[in-house]
Amino acid sequence: MNTAPGVWLSGLAAVAALLPVLGLVAAAGRVRSAYWGMLLLCGLGVVLCAGFLIGDSAAASLSVPIGLPGAGILLALDGLSAFFLLLLMLIGTAAATTALDDDGGYAATSPLLPVFVAAMATTLLAADGFSLVLGFETMSLASFGLVLTNHREPPVRAAALLYLGMAAIGGACLIPAMALLVHAGPAGVDLGFAAIRGHAPHGWRAIVILALVLVGAGSKAGLAPLHVWLPPAHAAAPSHVSALMSGAMTKVALYVIIRLLFDLCGTGQPVWWGVPLMVLGAVGAVLGALRANIESDIKAVLACSTVENVGLIAAGIGLALAARAADLPALAALAMGAALLHAMAHGLFKALLFLGAGAALHGAGTRAMDRLGGLIQRMPVTTGCMLVGAACLAALPPTSGFAGEWSLFQAMIAGPRLGGVVLQMLICVVALLMALAAALAAAAAVRLIGVAFLGRPRTPRAAAAHEVGYAAQLAMLGLALLSLLAGLFPGVVLSAAAAALRQTVGLTMGDRASLLHISPQTSTTGYSAPAIAILLGLAIAGVAWVVRRRAVAGHRRGPAWDCGFGAPPAWLPFGDPITQYGGGSFGQPLRRALGVVILGATERVDMPEPGQTRAARLVVRSKDPATALLFQPVIRWRGALSAQADRLQFLTIQRTLSLIFAVLVLFLIVIVLVEQL
Amino acid sequence: MSAIIALIAQALHIALMLAAAPLLIGLIRRVKSRLLGRTGPSPLQPYRDLQRLLRKQPVLAGNASWLFAAAPAVSFAATLCAAALVPSFALGMTTAPLSDLIVIAGLLTLSRVVLALAGMDIGTAFGGIGASREMTFAVFAEPALLLVIFTLALLAGSTNLDAIATLLREGSLGLRVSLGLSMVAVVTIAIAENGRIPVDNPATHLELTMVHEAMVLEYSARHLALIEYGVALRLLLWLTLIGTVFVPFGMGDAAGFPPLWITGALAWAAKVGVLAVGLAVFESSIAKMRVFRVPEFLGIALLLGLLAVIFLFVSQGFA
Repeated sequence: MNTAPGVWLSGLAAVAALLPVLGLVAAAGRVRSAYWGMLLLCGLGVVLCAGFLIGDSAAASLSVPIGLPGAGILLALDGLSAFFLLLLMLIGTAAATTALDDDGGYAATSPLLPVFVAAMATTLLAADGFSLVLGFETMSLASFGLVLTNHREPPVRAAALLYLGMAAIGGACLIPAMALLVHAGPAGVDLGFAAIRGHAPHGWRAIVILALVLVGAGSKAGLAPLHVWLPPAHAAAPSHVSALMSGAMTKVALYVIIRLLFDLCGTGQPVWWGVPLMVLGAVGAVLGALRANIESDIKAVLACSTVENVGLIAAGIGLALAARAADLPALAALAMGAALLHAMAHGLFKALLFLGAGAALHGAGTRAMDRLGGLIQRMPVTTGCMLVGAACLAALPPTSGFAGEWSLFQAMIAGPRLGGVVLQMLICVVALLMALAAALAAAAAVRLIGVAFLGRPRTPRAAAAHEVGYAAQLAMLGLALLSLLAGLFPGVVLSAAAAALRQTVGLTMGDRASLLHISPQTSTTGYSAPAIAILLGLAIAGVAWVVRRRAVAGHRRGPAWDCGFGAPPAWLPFGDPITQYGGGSFGQPLRRALGVVILGATERVDMPEPGQTRAARLVVRSKDPATALLFQPVIRWRGALSAQADRLQFLTIQRTLSLIFAVLVLFLIVIVLVEQL
Repeated sequence: MSAIIALIAQALHIALMLAAAPLLIGLIRRVKSRLLGRTGPSPLQPYRDLQRLLRKQPVLAGNASWLFAAAPAVSFAATLCAAALVPSFALGMTTAPLSDLIVIAGLLTLSRVVLALAGMDIGTAFGGIGASREMTFAVFAEPALLLVIFTLALLAGSTNLDAIATLLREGSLGLRVSLGLSMVAVVTIAIAENGRIPVDNPATHLELTMVHEAMVLEYSARHLALIEYGVALRLLLWLTLIGTVFVPFGMGDAAGFPPLWITGALAWAAKVGVLAVGLAVFESSIAKMRVFRVPEFLGIALLLGLLAVIFLFVSQGFA
């Protein structure tokens, strides 16, 4: 295997190069061929990444003579990029399979979808600043185009515009960060990562780079407080695109954070570097999870949960950064391993959930939770897959979500070894917030499944829902199977991340991660998912056996008891569907207990006067604190500034001339002063 | 050989937990009745109730899905797994390496989530109200529980329940403020997690005040039997957990001399009995609180848990 490390890289580079060609094929009208091609290429990508990771091959690099004049593009494949590429290619395969099912609604996305995947692959393969930025920005633009698919709806346009604005801010920060990182030597500027590693930044330059990376890549990952674009954009995009954006694109952004902060900034950074990531991650996790209990659109719920999970992963990355700086490689490996494990787990189950939400949209015609219900009867495969995804989302053992969060908590619990009472207390509070987020996510998962997929249908359309086609079912089943496997064998995922860990924190999980077992310390105790699964299976079998032997068999069907309420009237064959709990009512206790403080949630009951026949209305409003505290002030300042600047347009001719003259003089003075220095 | 003895201890432990759970409920009901001036039913009444339920044929709502019918068994199995991981009379049983506190909390969450989903399955208002409130209480209980786990893990160097209990049984850590605070926090969490007064009233007959009972309102016969048995088992699990962590004295060793298990079992019975009587007295002397006051009640646990960790950092200079 090790004889030809370049084979894997060449193959993956070819995949990344051929994908945009498929975009052209699709643009020429051959939509199905393009999707088939994308399916094959992404499948090939999975094989190549798996081959690289299984063989534990040495890192390889490749120079492509296109791009900047004289420099070309430098690509490289190492453990870290292969780990994220594997996730990307898996989700890409599932997205292409889903798209095969329906070339009516999804056809409009066909030219950009392969380009989007190719751009993400380029970002992951990049080994110089130029190709990284090129891939990252192409990824932003392609996904912007994909979000705009249903551009005739005004909310979609608004969401896409917000997304583009955030992407522009991200680009405006990531490019200067790259510029500060590169080193201008006597032989000119060398953009290659190898040269950057040789001259790690320090002092104020390093701090500015940290801030720029957090804004630049963090805004794309959905790190608080720059997560506001995520729920509307993910809800607006077609579902297989949302699956890619949520499952893969946020992870690519996290990869950029890891690549820049761990790899390119060198190992000499102070301990506090991890703190911003931990704090922003924990805060974002709680915000996202709480909003997931309040949103009424199933895809917005999933997007908010993405904000939560990205927060959890970022907190893990932050702890790893701090632990590496404090020279605690075992802790750093645990935290980083946990972050990578959860990134893989989340990528898989969130893609699954988005594909399932797309199936619900396809089969029942709406994303609004309060117009769905009872899908378990009409869409059994979709509901089954959604149950697997929701179990992961709620972090129930023995799913992959539990394995990821268990390791993250273990890392946090080991965190106080970093020392310093302030830092210890901070880690304790971060762990507390993460636990709150995890519990909120469990409530959100129950709300999502309980309201949208269980209960009685709330609309005739939902009552007549139909199952999606076989290709879409296959994609969901595949992702569900992968999620279950990742949950049962988290040690395998961690050994796939071994090269990435060695590269970022200098130590692998070693014997702390094996096939059957993961452990925070080098001892026998820990979490053994297969053992828990077997125990659970034995218990269920035992209970079923005893009940079968001791209890009366069979059952009768009757009307729901519902505390003795009468049978529904004939004109409402399913009973009045409004009498069941909906999304708003399920989230009401949490909205009152936490939402009032955190989201500024307000409720207003519009009660008709006695004698009036109109219906009473309940108006519920809530606002993300990032919008209220960060974006609205910025928008106000921008408005005030532009109003000030506007006044310059309406000056008299004399004043305009004197202003121009004054600026000219000022400019000359500055030049003189600069030359004097 | 020792592995076989550990396995025997494990089997005995599971059998004991299963056998004692209904008795615990009966005991608490009996003590509460006495405190209220009634004679009350025999402590063995819960066993008879379970038998009666098993003799009936369940009635499912017309639109009940497979999830509704499967949920009680899964929920009970998850509670049983968690109960198997919490040592009662002996440490070092077969499942000792698996008995991670976060895993136990996860299994209990699994049990709760499955029932909450089943509560939503029929599409009645009561099922929804119960599921929503049950999940809301958990949102406040789980962070507090994590803080307690945090404290214990800092003291014992592991989140493994068996390791923690072994260390605390040696008594080398001594009395600590953090442990005391954690114990109060755990008791508060246990009251909420088991739906006892003042958080929820397991004996209520007024639908609007129900939480857990509302969630499982549509269940009958064998399904209901499994749910009630699961509730009893969960209460026993929590009392055992409190006893094992905070009063680990008298526990035997699974690898040790089997007759010593008898003293361990007696100590366990005494601990659980005292806690059960204490719970009955506490429940008789307090009123149920409004649903929206419960987050405040659990906020106390959260604060105590946080204080416990901070005390540990400040007193120990933990590094």
